[in-house]
Amino acid sequence: MPTCLVVDDSKIIRKVAKRILAELDFEAQEAGDGSQALASVEQHKPDVVLLDWNMPVMDGLEFLEALRRHDGGQPTVIFCTCNNKAEHIRKALEAGADDYIMKPFDREILLSKFEQAGLC
Amino acid sequence: MRDQDFDLLTQLLKSTSGLSLGPDKRYLLETRLTPLALKNGFDGFDALADEIRFKRPQALIDDVVEAMTTNESFFFRDSTPFDILKNQVLPKMLASRGGKKKLKIWCGAASTGQEPYSIAMMMAEDPARWAGWDVQILATDISKDALKKGEEGSYSQFEVQRGLPVELMLKYFRQEGERWIISDDIKRRVTFKPYNLLDTSVAIGKFDIVFLRNVLIYFDTPTKSAVFEKVRNVMEKDGALFLGAAETVLGVTEEFRSIKGLRGLYMPTEYAQEASLSFAAAG
Ligand SMILES: C[S@@+](CC[C@H](N)C(=O)[O-])C[C@H]1O[C@@H](n2cnc3c(N)ncnc32)[C@H](O)[C@@H]1O
Repeated sequence: MPTCLVVDDSKIIRKVAKRILAELDFEAQEAGDGSQALASVEQHKPDVVLLDWNMPVMDGLEFLEALRRHDGGQPTVIFCTCNNKAEHIRKALEAGADDYIMKPFDREILLSKFEQAGLC
Repeated sequence: MRDQDFDLLTQLLKSTSGLSLGPDKRYLLETRLTPLALKNGFDGFDALADEIRFKRPQALIDDVVEAMTTNESFFFRDSTPFDILKNQVLPKMLASRGGKKKLKIWCGAASTGQEPYSIAMMMAEDPARWAGWDVQILATDISKDALKKGEEGSYSQFEVQRGLPVELMLKYFRQEGERWIISDDIKRRVTFKPYNLLDTSVAIGKFDIVFLRNVLIYFDTPTKSAVFEKVRNVMEKDGALFLGAAETVLGVTEEFRSIKGLRGLYMPTEYAQEASLSFAAAG
């Protein structure tokens, strides 16, 4: 079963994501900020990370920079945003994200993104 | 719903669009046609049925057909057929049509345009190979509403996230408020036209590649066979036909055969064996 790490400072969003992930047969891990997320990557080696951008302690961009420097296996990173501006999406991709998804999460779209990433 | 109305409308739908509705689809008729009835000033479903029974107004019949079509589509739907197109079929076409440099593609149930635009983007991604080629993509559907949307090329946030790789979205769409509009370069490659697959009177040309996906599932077997026969007649003998994931030729037609190992791809029977061998050799 593929593993997905949900990184978001909102507990509700993590909960929604986890419910969809269970339906899609993904094992879910969660983290409330970037530094917890780095620890979780070390420990659980997720196949994919759903990454929020604005978080306390360590935000999405800092996490991504740290993750891409890290020389273990690299998970697919899908950054999650409420801001659908093309410029914003482009910046996240330049920073090393593989894909983006709009919040609130939609099951069909998550599935489509996972399929595109070859995860299911 | 009165039995006579169910019979009337299912027969009408079947003869005009091919849509075949079983008795379990009564609710579908009612939920889709009641709003249409109210919108047209009828009391409800029964009154709409009576109007059709006694007057047969063509515009209303068109609206009924329109209301009953399922137009759901998304970019690069099921991905595999698009991979096969890109890696197997197009290279063969490049070689076999290299003299005339002309390629004609038909999407026979193009709905809101995601399918023809996916093909157009795929080809735009490979400009060097297609330089100097005349590539025509004809997108037809029975639903004028769907075609209109396809022609506008304006998609919601939901639609551009579903199946469309983000790089292609950023490259070929521009943002207008909440909508994503396909670029003129891609739009220019596709021609939209209303066309009923049951219609045998209009000539639409001859095609090298045909996409006929997720439409035959709505038809009964005799209608499917008739459509296959017709599609065969507008295809080159070494043409490629793509069907949807839930569609097949088995037990329906002898006109086409599947190509082993390439899911969703079919070719005219007389050419299929040779094709299977050459795909196997290439792959
Ligand atoms: C589910 S969509 C498929 C869209 C696209 N091919 C795909 O696979 O995503 C089915 C389409 O078939 C069209 N359709 C149904 N009956 C038709 C007919 N008799 N002639 C042409 N199109 C028809 C509907 O209007 C609808 O847009």
